Amino acid sequence: MTAKSLEAQVRHQPRVAIIDLHGEINAFAEDVLNKAYAEAESRRAEVILLNFSDVDYINSTGIALIVSLLARARKSKRRLLACGLSDHYVEIFQITRLVDFMSVFPDEKSALAEEGRASITSSPE
Amino acid sequence: MVTIMQRFQKMRSGRAKREDLAIQKTSEKRSSKVETSPIDIAPNDPIVAYFLSSPGATEIDKLHLDSPALRAIKLAGIKVVIPLISQGELVGLLNLGPRMSEQDYSTYDRTLLNDLATQAAPALRVAQLVREQRSQALERERIEQELRVARLIQKTLLPQELPSLPGWHLESYYQPARAVGGDFYDFLYFEDGRLGILIGDVTDKGVPAALVMATTRSILRSNAYGALSPGKVLEQTNNLLHPDIPPNMFVTCLYAILDPLSGQLQYANAGHDLPYWRHKGGLSELRATGMPLGLMPGMAYEEKEAILAPGDSVLLYSDGLVEAHNTKRDMFGFPRLMALLGEYKGNMPVIDLLLGQLAEFTGSEWEQEDDVTLVTLRRSESSGESEIITMSTPHIDEKPGDEDWRVLTEMSIASEPGNERQAMEQVGQAVRALNLPERRLEKLKTAVAEATMNAMEHGNKYQPDKPVTIQVLVSQAALMVRIRDQGNGKPIAEPHTPDLEAKLAELQSPRGWGLFLIKNLVDDVHVISDEHHHTLELILYLEGDNHDSKKS
Repeated sequence: MTAKSLEAQVRHQPRVAIIDLHGEINAFAEDVLNKAYAEAESRRAEVILLNFSDVDYINSTGIALIVSLLARARKSKRRLLACGLSDHYVEIFQITRLVDFMSVFPDEKSALAEEGRASITSSPE
Repeated sequence: MVTIMQRFQKMRSGRAKREDLAIQKTSEKRSSKVETSPIDIAPNDPIVAYFLSSPGATEIDKLHLDSPALRAIKLAGIKVVIPLISQGELVGLLNLGPRMSEQDYSTYDRTLLNDLATQAAPALRVAQLVREQRSQALERERIEQELRVARLIQKTLLPQELPSLPGWHLESYYQPARAVGGDFYDFLYFEDGRLGILIGDVTDKGVPAALVMATTRSILRSNAYGALSPGKVLEQTNNLLHPDIPPNMFVTCLYAILDPLSGQLQYANAGHDLPYWRHKGGLSELRATGMPLGLMPGMAYEEKEAILAPGDSVLLYSDGLVEAHNTKRDMFGFPRLMALLGEYKGNMPVIDLLLGQLAEFTGSEWEQEDDVTLVTLRRSESSGESEIITMSTPHIDEKPGDEDWRVLTEMSIASEPGNERQAMEQVGQAVRALNLPERRLEKLKTAVAEATMNAMEHGNKYQPDKPVTIQVLVSQAALMVRIRDQGNGKPIAEPHTPDLEAKLAELQSPRGWGLFLIKNLVDDVHVISDEHHHTLELILYLEGDNHDSKKS
């Protein structure tokens, strides 16, 4: 069995860039993930949403890549959100405490709705 | 058009000095709008002596002295000056420009002004003292705040827990001085089971030392995790640190890497106090030469090694211990330390012995001059070649052999990146008949994937001809997945909780989640290392698994 590679597309909305991820987040995903993140940042999005709904495997190296993205986001004062994680990976995000630093939503719609509310009441961190 | 000289400065002695006196110059003579600029009066200006000897309103035009201050006062258009004298000290001047009516000041005016000066001088002096005290209080508060910041930086960066290595016992002690020096120590966990030990001391104290300590620690960690030898780690750290370190500051540091299985301790030293090694033959210094970090670029660091036999121990320490003074100004010193270690019988922790002796030496009134840091490392007498680490409380009846284990499947996975998916799917297939709840199964599969990845990467170094073997076993009470690599027998480090804050602050590598995840996804983990293999046993208890398990 060979590892599935990761594909990523970036959709830009006002203030928000959405990165749709397809495949596996493991050591092979590093370049794709970093390029997609750079593309998401390029139009000065205040919020970047990682859409995991088409991701079926994240390993510990993948967790490390997400930690790196989160570190980058915090450095540039952007909010990083996640949506579409399976229950299992939500639990992995809880075990690793990633949920303490990035909000996790069931789906894109709820993430954008919450983000919309947040942007009305407060400026992004 | 009256201005009171008002610029006073804080005195070192707490008393006003005459050189700090100043007057304000009135530049507009006939308008209510007055622009002022202070004029300093030198302490030896003859006008000071004049005013002290002739208190009372003085017509400036009638005064003839070779005084720069007098010239400045005249230039400012001041006509009458009333010195403000309190307790024999000139504390200010009451300056008057020409009257609006262009008439001279009358005797009545001057009497009034003299009375006013008599009242104003002590009041002004009191105001000056209050201001000085407030400024001193603010300064004290600033220093306290700085100390709090320095302590916080240091406390945050020191290890929160000690390494737990089978067959080894580590202890540490850190007591900052009130002024907070720049001591630090650190432990680094390598995935091949080796342990890095750092101890260092930054010259200087307070926030500057704490900041240099934080920077140095980050550079050291980053270099150390780059799989460099101790000498190279110090060399690269020195080269990176040198351009940025403030002048007159440097860092002494000792870096050692322990292989817990063989007892090999490799070390290099950047000008730090030499560690002591207690062994069967007596006491030795672990000596390696090298300049402190940050002094000059391009330095090389000698690398040495020692083999610590069962029963051996090593003490790493900072100069706060040996340079402590007692009330007679005698120093604790190296000879005393060596004598204590030489006579040490092992009947109490060596740190307790040293702290007890230090307290006895310095006496109860001791104000600690510098941080005291101690790290000890001891190899157990019984330390053997093979160790079993149980990462959670073992159940007596769960060990293979103690009960009837049935092999469900066995497989062999080539050590190639990505093949952990194969392992997790095959294990998933093998346990289908057990009808594990979906979330339990997902957790088991992720744990299997992580353990297989570790085995392929760290044990077999991704050599495809070295496969990872996996056995799935089941008993009445439990399911076990046994994952074995062909590692060289170095024990696997116990999982420590990754420091996410440090990773997000880019102070640590973002990696290092594998063992931690495994431990949190299954009910029990056994790690068994021998000369040829590492084996991880992942246990899921089946009791009540249909299904409410303790970890789902």
